[in-house]
Amino acid sequence: MAKPLDLELAATTKMYGDTVAVDAIDHRFAAGSYSCLLGPSGCGKSSTLRMIAGHESVSTGDIVLGGTNITDLPPAKRGTAMMFQNYALFPHLSVIDNVAFSQKMKGVEKSVRLKKAHQLLELVAMDAYAQRLPAQLSGGQQQRVALARALITEPSVLLLDEPLSALDPFLRIKMRLELKKLQRELGISFVHVTHSQDEALALADDIIVMNGGKIEQAGTPRTVFNAPTTEFVARFIGGHNVLHDKGAPVALRADRLMVRKTAGVDGAALSAYVKDVEYLGSSVNLALDAGGAGELTAALTDETFFQDPIDIGATVFLTWKPEDAHRLAA
Amino acid sequence: MTDQTHLMPNAHAKSNAQTSRPTRSRAPFSLDRLPGAVTGWLLSLPLALVLAFFLVLPIIMIVIVSFWGATEFSIYPAFQFDNYEFLLTSPVTYQVFLNTIKYAVITWAITLVIGFTVAYFLAFHVRSLTWQIVLFLLCTIPFWTSNIIRMISWIPFLGRNGIANSALISMGVIDEPLEWLLFSDFSVILAFVHLYTLFMVVPIFNTMMRIDKSLIEAAYDNGATGFQTLTNVIIPLTKPGIMIGSIFVVTLVMGDFITVRFMSGSQKANVGRLISNDIALLQYPSAAATAVILLVTVLIVISVLLRFVDIRKEL
Repeated sequence: MAKPLDLELAATTKMYGDTVAVDAIDHRFAAGSYSCLLGPSGCGKSSTLRMIAGHESVSTGDIVLGGTNITDLPPAKRGTAMMFQNYALFPHLSVIDNVAFSQKMKGVEKSVRLKKAHQLLELVAMDAYAQRLPAQLSGGQQQRVALARALITEPSVLLLDEPLSALDPFLRIKMRLELKKLQRELGISFVHVTHSQDEALALADDIIVMNGGKIEQAGTPRTVFNAPTTEFVARFIGGHNVLHDKGAPVALRADRLMVRKTAGVDGAALSAYVKDVEYLGSSVNLALDAGGAGELTAALTDETFFQDPIDIGATVFLTWKPEDAHRLAA
Repeated sequence: MTDQTHLMPNAHAKSNAQTSRPTRSRAPFSLDRLPGAVTGWLLSLPLALVLAFFLVLPIIMIVIVSFWGATEFSIYPAFQFDNYEFLLTSPVTYQVFLNTIKYAVITWAITLVIGFTVAYFLAFHVRSLTWQIVLFLLCTIPFWTSNIIRMISWIPFLGRNGIANSALISMGVIDEPLEWLLFSDFSVILAFVHLYTLFMVVPIFNTMMRIDKSLIEAAYDNGATGFQTLTNVIIPLTKPGIMIGSIFVVTLVMGDFITVRFMSGSQKANVGRLISNDIALLQYPSAAATAVILLVTVLIVISVLLRFVDIRKEL
């Protein structure tokens, strides 16, 4: 496999006519890391990935991989490989021929390329299906084949465009673990586009939250989840309440909100009306209406909740530790 | 048949049993009451009848008549192989069949190249759907006039003193009018190509539009050049459309007689003209025998074409 290399975006911009899809973003993807581009649809994450892959031209700015400027190189000459959202396996070719496709294009001799394709199929545990056509495989199996086809080009960076969105929830979690394991074993960088915060939190070493063509926040999953820096990130990553404290917006994790039935001696910061109670297994979510502070969510562990259950319609008092409130950019 | 049709009679039976029993005989006629197989047969009956009367019956008639006998002034029912014997031993038959196949092959090759190119341009180079539809309709505009008109309009263009020759002479490309422009194999094939290219464009365009564009990107991502993508991805995936278009063009050209008559000035022959001449001379049995042989030839060609690709996947 190829050496892991740093990938760097420098003021990379994508314009469609007058519309700016990606607005001069700068980011360094560390060699051998698993990065997730996270954001709602239309935030520019897919355009960013496609620019890195070379399937979309860069309007202005540069893309540098391991010291080489790859901005204008064709897709196959960049040291990147892409795994497409619907896998884009060639329907008329068998699994083995799909995997060996890039080698065939290079003119590698048949026995050599088939041997290599078998190795890659073994890596993704699909060697038993080598002679099947893609249509005869399940979604998860197609994905493994697509992975093998991308990896046979020995990329330094593997680009994955919403790779798990076509799978059912159980398979999604299973493939998520396999992707991460594969990335650890290969040691190359994975750049993974997703709109699912769970996926990003579970997989990434580095989360890049995008909105409106700009990077809102980048950091480790723990930093991004624990201390979102903008209101958008706090809302998008989920599990957060955005409150206004002394005129400035702050983010407060739903599970750090302490709920009491009586006003405490320390003077509870807020009182709220319980609109709904949702039992989610290991936790219970309270939908709260805190008047001027807006709608809030409090997540209690099931243990805490059932020690002293709270009914819908009750009034509760909310407190939190000052260090849990993270000030957001206005 | 779907599960639904099987389940519904039960539902009816149950509700009947619960309310009042004798309603069954008075209930309106419903397909649900029949077994699934019968429903299927009934649904396919109208088309089957139409095909039986207008396709199968005439063909049977032609086959029967092909064994009849004929004199200069009459035909009589018989079962004899004279017509076939005469046809299969006459060198003229082989020449004419060969000529027909020559027209079919050349026209097929030219329409394939043009049709594939046009369809490729429409499907992969024209980005917006609106423009694809506009340009596609543009292709069909010639079809708003009749075949014969489009064919005949070539004659003043290609004639000895026609537009093509006078233009070439005035440009100084040639000194004397080109004789082979009209009433030649050239003009016949030109007319065939003009008439039938769209039959190649449509199915190929249709198949190409169904190719997932990300496959093309995947090919580039795997290092394929434009030409490699064409030969390794686009052509294999377009095969069914190519085959359907080929069947259209080959059968149309092999069955044609009017184009050959007009564009060759009655100087060239194909099987269609052989049949039409026989009919003009009231030699129906001989015409029928020729038609049967042509039908068999065309069916063989189609079955060979179908060997290459399973078009059922496309329908």
